[in-house]
Formats: sequence, C-alpha cells, structure tokens
Amino acid sequence: MKTAAITNSSGNTAAVPASGRAAKNGQKAAAFSFSSVDKVQMKKFGRRIQAILLGLLKFCILVGIAYIILGPLISMLSSSFFTEKDLYNPVVILFPVEGTLQNYADTYRVMQYPQTLLTTVLYVASLTFIQVIVCSMAGYGFARFDFPFKNVLFACVILTIVLPTDTLMLPWYTEFRNFDILGILHLTTGHGVNLLTSPVPMYIMTLFACGLRSGLFIYIFNQFFRGLPKEIEEAAFVDGAGALYTYFRIMLINAMPSVLTVSIFSMVWQYNDTFYARLFGISNRLLMSMRISTVQETISNSKKILDSSVTQLYLYAGIIMMLVPVIVIYCLLQKKFVEGVERSGIVG
Amino acid sequence: MTKKKRKLSLLDKRAITGFLFVLPWFIGFLWFYGKGFIQAIRFSLSNLTMQETGGYLLEFVGLDNFKYAFLRDATFNQTLVSSIGNMLIDVPLIIFFSLFIAILLNSKFHGRTLMRAVLFLPIIMNSGAIQASIELAQQAVNGGVTAVSSEAAVSSGVNVEYLLDMMTELGVPAMLTDYIVLAVGRIFDIVQASGIQIIIFIAALQSVPGALYEVSKIEGATAYETFWRVTFPMVSPLIVTNVVYTIVDAFMNSEVVQEAYDMAFTNFNWSVSVTMSLISSFVVCILLAVIVKIISSKVFYYN
Repeated sequence: MKTAAITNSSGNTAAVPASGRAAKNGQKAAAFSFSSVDKVQMKKFGRRIQAILLGLLKFCILVGIAYIILGPLISMLSSSFFTEKDLYNPVVILFPVEGTLQNYADTYRVMQYPQTLLTTVLYVASLTFIQVIVCSMAGYGFARFDFPFKNVLFACVILTIVLPTDTLMLPWYTEFRNFDILGILHLTTGHGVNLLTSPVPMYIMTLFACGLRSGLFIYIFNQFFRGLPKEIEEAAFVDGAGALYTYFRIMLINAMPSVLTVSIFSMVWQYNDTFYARLFGISNRLLMSMRISTVQETISNSKKILDSSVTQLYLYAGIIMMLVPVIVIYCLLQKKFVEGVERSGIVG
Repeated sequence: MTKKKRKLSLLDKRAITGFLFVLPWFIGFLWFYGKGFIQAIRFSLSNLTMQETGGYLLEFVGLDNFKYAFLRDATFNQTLVSSIGNMLIDVPLIIFFSLFIAILLNSKFHGRTLMRAVLFLPIIMNSGAIQASIELAQQAVNGGVTAVSSEAAVSSGVNVEYLLDMMTELGVPAMLTDYIVLAVGRIFDIVQASGIQIIIFIAALQSVPGALYEVSKIEGATAYETFWRVTFPMVSPLIVTNVVYTIVDAFMNSEVVQEAYDMAFTNFNWSVSVTMSLISSFVVCILLAVIVKIISSKVFYYN
C-alpha cells in the first residue's frame, strides 16, 4: 500500500475522482511494474529463509530433546560392553577399546534371566488382563448407567487417582500381613493368613480395581465409553442381548483403542513397578524389577569386586536386558499405541 | 406380594445392572481406601507394634507421633519443605515444556513418528530402579546434559557466567536467572517426567476445531496471536488435568515418600511413618486444591 501511495503522489498526473477504484487498481499495477518486482522476489526469498531458519531451530530443539532422552540409554548401552580397563581409560568414550560380552554373560547368570523373565511376564500379563476387565467394567458402569450416588462414586474414583498411595501403604501392609475375609478365617482357624512375600496381595487388589493406577484406567475407559454412540447398545438390547453379552461382545470390541492403551500402560507400569513389589515384599526371584535392584550387590559379593563403578557395568547390562522385552513390544505396537492414546479419550 | 410390585421398572433394572458393573471397584474402594484411611488415622494416633503371629498391637498415644514428626525427627521438616519446593519448581516447567513439545509434535515434519516414539520412551522406562541407575549413569559416564550444565554452572563455565552477569546487568531479576539455571540443571528430570503430559496435550491439540484456525487466519491473526487467543484457551482445561497429574506424580517420587517408607521398613517405626505420610499427603492435597482453584478460575471452557 505504501508504494502505491508514493507513486500516487509522484508519478500520477491525471487522477480522475469519478473512477477512483479503477484508477487505484491501475496505480497499484503501475507501482508493481515500476519497482516491486525485486521486492516481491525479496519477500519470497525472505519467507523461504524464515522457513528454513524456523525448521532448523525446530530440528535443533528436537535433536536436543532426543539426546536428553536417548543420551543416558546410549551411554549405558556402550558402557555395558566396557571392560575394567576401558572404564578407566580416559581416551575411551562410547566405543570400548577392548570390549567384552562377559558383563552380559555374568549378569544373565546372576539374574537367572530366562526364569525371571518368564515369571515376570506371566505375572504382568495376568495382572494386565484382570485390570483391563475390571477397570473397563467399572468405566462402562459409570459411563452408561444411572444409579443413585453415581457422581459421588465417580468423585471417589478421581480421589483414588489423586490420593498419594503412600498414605495407605501401611494399612495395606497390615491388611495382608494378617489377611482375613470378613473375619471368617479368624472364626475357623483363629488367625489370619500372612500373604506377604507372595504376589497374591497384588492380585487381590487388582481384582477389586485398586491395583496400580486402576483409578486412571477407570477414568480412561469411562471417557471412551461416553464417546461411543448409544445406538449400538440400544440395537443389541432390542435384539434381546443381556447386559453382560452387550458389554463383552459389543462394547469391549468397540473400545479396542482404549483397551490397547490401558493394557500397554498397565503392562509397562506393572513391569517396572517397585513400589507395590517392595511393599508386599514380593520375592526377588519372581520379578525383574526387584531382581535388577540387587544385581549390583550380588555381583560384587560373588565376584569380590569392591569398586562400585565396575559393578555398575554389570548393572547396565542388566538394565539393557530388562529393557529389551519392553522396547520390542513398544516398537511393535508403537503406532497403534500413539493412535490409541490420542483417540482413547484420555482427554476430558 | 403381588406380581406388579415385584417387577422392577426398566430404569431400576438398568440402575442395578450398572451398579453390578461398578461393584468390584466399589468393594475394593471401601476395603482398601475407606478402611485403609480409617486405619491410617488410627495408626497415627497410637503406638503400633507388629506381632510375630501377624497381628499388631495399638496403644493410644494421642498426638505424640505428630509431635515427633515435627519437633523431634531430624530431617522430616526439611525434607517435606524441600520436596514441596522442588515440586513447585518442576510443575510450571513440566507444563510449559510439555505444551511446547506437544505443539512441535503436532505439526507435520519428516521423522515425526520416530520423534514421537523417542519422546514416549520415558513413560516406558519410568521405573524406580532404572531411573536411579540412569541418574548414576549420568554422573558416572561423562555424558548427559545434567553433568554438563552443573559443571558449567560451577567450574568451567566462563560463558555461562558471562551470560548470567549480562542478564543481571540487563535488569533481569536474580530470582529469574536462578530459576533458569535451575531449570537447565533439571532438564533431564523434566523431560523424563513429562511423557504423559505431552500425550495429553497432543490429544487436546488435535481436538481443537480446525475452523477456529481458519477464522483467525482469515481475520489476519499472526501465529503469535493465534497461539494466545485460540490454542492456549482451547488447551487450558487440560492444563488443570496436567497440573494435577504432575503434582501427584512428583509427589510419589519425592523424598518425603521415601523417608516415610524408610521409617517404616528400615527403622520399623510404623506409626511415625504413617503420620509422616498423612502429613505430607495432607499438605499435597491442600496444595492441589489451592492450585487447581487458582488455575481453574482462569481456564476457558469452550462449551
């Protein structure tokens, strides 16, 4: 506009007020032909440079963040191949000079990797299965049915998400230390059962939807079921399907994205969990996450290595071995997982 | 009893079925949360001794445990304050960082799937054991941003100190620069802690109606204006969700929880442990309530 105005004052000799609009257009065109050819090009060029610079900035930020996340992983991976000499060689960064697989072999043996992995996978898979069923049922109940005090109860679900679990740590501990169902065992045998050191407490809690972050899963399912159209259910009802049939054969099938999301979250958190495992004193032999916490000590005891930075190399090998199954599963399901999370209505 | 009376209406039937669906959770809630909470309060008011047979003995002592936690325990007060302080420092950083990353990831570029996969890795590796050892890896194996930044801030940081001086001379408040230095030092923790928040924000960004962006483009809004007038208000309800999640998550991993745990399972001082947990949870709940109240009064709801 500015250039047009300038040409208006200097170059235009016969301005006719009556046909103002046409004249203005003419002036504009004149102005463009007069001086703005390079300016347009300049503008285009500038925009392109701006785009490139912005892209570069974005690239740098993303690479930086990726480095922050991957950096420790990479350094762990590389140092898990170090020998003691490599560790204390100041020249060695990332790539070991000698290199060894001995760390892996020893840690594999100490962790009894295959057995531990098997029991852990069984434990995690069964818990995940229970969690998906129970939490989706609760979520469905909250999403689709009206019953008295529904809102109050749902507020309680939110409360279980927000309330830090550690407050209830000790009551749970005593509960399972002297386990009893409504005093029945006390009547018959006189004392409760000590369920600690076994995974049973975890199963019981998960079965009653109070397991690892069950509240969050109920919330996710609730959001998802609320988003599904009511017509499918009504059609099933008209056709004479019962509530359970409708739920298992229709609703749960339709809720696959959120089922997938919840099962991945549940699996991963369960696999990594140390809080509940330590609280219930679940045996080290059973769980990978517990096993990993003792690897360093076991190695230093059995091999008589006192230097903690050397035993750490074994720990790294152990961590890498522990992460491998998760990362494999994650890579397989990555795309579905991301999509599922985005569509599963984690958002309120 | 007549037949008519026994028959439930359809609505009643549905109510009962619905409640049956919720029943497992409800039992669990009463059993573990309801009973557990009452137990926790009882424990905190008494002296608890575990018995070999599996039971426990309670001896009412009033507020002694609270007195012990606040007045006699050597570290509890400090740990509580520092945990809360760290949490307050981290929360805004995590929120802004995750929003920023979510916006970056939401735009289209090459290698986006790869980047997303990388960013969701922390969620997967979110384990106490692994994280502790990763932190060790950070310090031990010459790598990582934290090592660099802490080094830079202390010893070799000619440039950093120069920058800091410059910022002070420019009139940037010392508190702000301190905060920035702190933020850089904690960047690793922040990135690790913001996985879920990024997911939530991405989902939120994708649910913003595209028409709003079209309108603002036609009206001639710049990208900056579009962000503050469209994107930010539309995403703001989820900031509340994310703040709540971040605070709870940070609290679960904080030192206070660890201290309460140690008090119970290494010192076997059970009732003091429960008292500590109760106090810290109470503080966090109050904090949550206040923060949520403040933020939600500023939140924009589309509907």
